[in-house]
Amino acid sequence: MRFIPALGLAAALLLSGVSGAGAQQKLESLRGDVPIEQLSKNDNMFRPERDQELIPRNFQKQPPLIPHSIKGYNITQNFNKCMDCHSKERAEETGATLVAKSHYLDREDKKHPNISPRRYFCLQCHVPQFDAKPLVENTYKPAAKRGE
Amino acid sequence: MMSLEKLMPAWVKRVGVATVLLLFVAGIVFWGGFNWALEETNKEAFCISCHEMKENVFKEYQNTVHYTNRTGVRATCPDCHVPKEWGPKMVRKIQASNEVFHKILGSIDTPEKFNAKRPILAQHEWDRMKANDSQECRNCHRYDYMDFTEQGNRAAKMHPKAFAAGKTCIDCHKGIAHQLPPIDQHIGERNEGMLSMSSGNTPDEKK
Repeated sequence: MRFIPALGLAAALLLSGVSGAGAQQKLESLRGDVPIEQLSKNDNMFRPERDQELIPRNFQKQPPLIPHSIKGYNITQNFNKCMDCHSKERAEETGATLVAKSHYLDREDKKHPNISPRRYFCLQCHVPQFDAKPLVENTYKPAAKRGE
Repeated sequence: MMSLEKLMPAWVKRVGVATVLLLFVAGIVFWGGFNWALEETNKEAFCISCHEMKENVFKEYQNTVHYTNRTGVRATCPDCHVPKEWGPKMVRKIQASNEVFHKILGSIDTPEKFNAKRPILAQHEWDRMKANDSQECRNCHRYDYMDFTEQGNRAAKMHPKAFAAGKTCIDCHKGIAHQLPPIDQHIGERNEGMLSMSSGNTPDEKK
């Protein structure tokens, strides 16, 4: 019966190890210490920012950000609401930023009189702004502009 | 009693007081009943009792600000599609008998058929609203009382311009409650040769 104390010791070590690890590393996700089946305390809905001036780009060839609310603006099979203002036919009247020349190139870099269909879904690259604060600190600095 | 009889016009005496009173009450009942029936056909529930409306335009409208919004004020089908004034309302209601006829024919009884007809149907509504200076919009949205400073930059810039140019709401605000028909926006070959829509003008058929 000499092995029983040894077994007991091993078990005690194991248990203390497990409980010790549990006490040390209490993980907390970004949504806070709330069980997954409950609503997060931080469930504020983000609101689109009001219309603002053009947002400077952070790096060369960054798709420009959308500086206005796009609530209710839909892109459907029949109609692209963005192009109602940003197309070259309409931009002068509406004062919107003109759709870039690159958007007229197909994937072989051939220029077309019409916008390339591969650019149809504007929001794949251009995104509207919400009042969501960054969840973690971000030290990113915009790259210097060409010639700076 | 004698004095009351003296006051009565001759024709009342001829047909009898009871008859006159009965006709008067019948008039109230029939007129009330007519108005009641008219109002019944002026409710959202009536509009979407047809699956043509419920499965197509009503579903699209449910995603828009006139169906759901911050304060819960709504514009339901008749608010935009039936004039409020008695005369134009009667005219519209009589025109709607054509819609009943097409309901029986099944002209738009599938989404495919509906979408095929959408350019024509949309054009009808645009023409109607253009003709009455977007009266149904202006029942609620009066530009005399618009505070441009409360509007977004873009709206504040465009509204005075458009009003000065004599434009009406529907000139720019098309497809705000329902999806638009195919519009040629010069994107690839998509919708080529379809309606071209430029604000301020009624879309012209290019075909």
